[in-house]
Amino acid sequence: MSALAGVLRKLGARVVDSVWRLGFAVRFLFAVLRYSGQSFQRLPLTIREIYFSGVLSLLIILVSGLFIGLVLGLQGYDILQRFGSSSALGTMVALSLLRELGPVVAGLLFASRAGSAVTAEIGLMKTTEQLQAMDMMAVNPIARVIAPRFWGGVISMPLLAAMFSAMGIFGGWLIGVVVIGVDNGSFWSQMQDAVDFRYDIVNGFIKSFVFGTAVSLIAVFEGYDCQPTAEGVSRAITRTVVSSALVILALDFVLTSFMFRGL
Amino acid sequence: MNRTVLDLWVGVFVVLGFAALVFLAVQVGSYAELSSGKTYALEAPFDNIGGLKVKAPVKSAGVLVGRVTAVRFDSKTYRAVVSLELDVRYEFPRDTIATILTSGLLGEQYVGLEPGGEEAVLKEGDRIAMTQSAVVLEKLIGQFMFNKAAEPSAQD
Repeated sequence: MSALAGVLRKLGARVVDSVWRLGFAVRFLFAVLRYSGQSFQRLPLTIREIYFSGVLSLLIILVSGLFIGLVLGLQGYDILQRFGSSSALGTMVALSLLRELGPVVAGLLFASRAGSAVTAEIGLMKTTEQLQAMDMMAVNPIARVIAPRFWGGVISMPLLAAMFSAMGIFGGWLIGVVVIGVDNGSFWSQMQDAVDFRYDIVNGFIKSFVFGTAVSLIAVFEGYDCQPTAEGVSRAITRTVVSSALVILALDFVLTSFMFRGL
Repeated sequence: MNRTVLDLWVGVFVVLGFAALVFLAVQVGSYAELSSGKTYALEAPFDNIGGLKVKAPVKSAGVLVGRVTAVRFDSKTYRAVVSLELDVRYEFPRDTIATILTSGLLGEQYVGLEPGGEEAVLKEGDRIAMTQSAVVLEKLIGQFMFNKAAEPSAQD
């Protein structure tokens, strides 16, 4: 009986803990938004963070986008030519990149490249008591440290996802048209026929914006909330990457089911 | 990092990002198509629309002239009413025939307009009187099977 009570108590404690953390994360988001105005008054801080999370992620995003596009071109051609419709290759590459792969893969890469760095930085600041020191000097650490990193991620992510998609389409074109020899005209015209600006491009952009917000919030929150020890920081970084990936994939399913329902 | 170098890189990054978006909108998407011109609405009742969908193209002589905006069922006449949106640049005679066609064997279905010879043209809100339903493959196959099945018994 007491063993059962122990198991139940453990389960209850875990649920209470996770709900408490979720609530803390939401309150933390509101605090970040509240002090954003204060941090925007010192715009160079945010620009610096756009450099660190956006510009420095450019290489991995562009190279991965190119390779994803190349693979899509090869696999798409292999399948489509069985149905004698290899000219639809452009449509397939563009739609799969714009709707799903662009935002999702760019989000995953962004979480592991930029999100983990942000968590590590904030976690280390907390461990070395820099955040407390700022508080002592009447500098709000949320306005000075957290909000610029959050906004840097939110601004960078949609731009990175757009570049990822553009690069992927270029990769698909490279394989399909240049290497395999699909007709250039039908590649582009079928793509333009099938891709709708409002339906595909804007929805993909909204997705990447949502993922950027989620990843940035997770990264700054895990950094701020970490145990101030070396081990705590490393666990916070792991949690950032794992929960970002899960949140991106789960949100992607939810957003897709709202955005693309056939009609 | 030097402040001016940092600003420069962020500027390049933002420009690249927006360039990618513009590329997606203009080269990949069909942003310019039909969105510039004004349109007028028509209605066409069909006995059977097959697999026609909203946003399917409306073509005449193979050229895109408009899109399907809505499909609804008229419970009085038991027919499907398809709303079309045509570019104002294109005018069609009143006795135009609307047909539901399929592009390729397995392609998507679209509305084909065959102009008649009348002087008066269709205007906003008009109804296309003469229509031809979609060819439903199952019905065709059913008829074919029925004929095949009927043949040997006729020989007896």
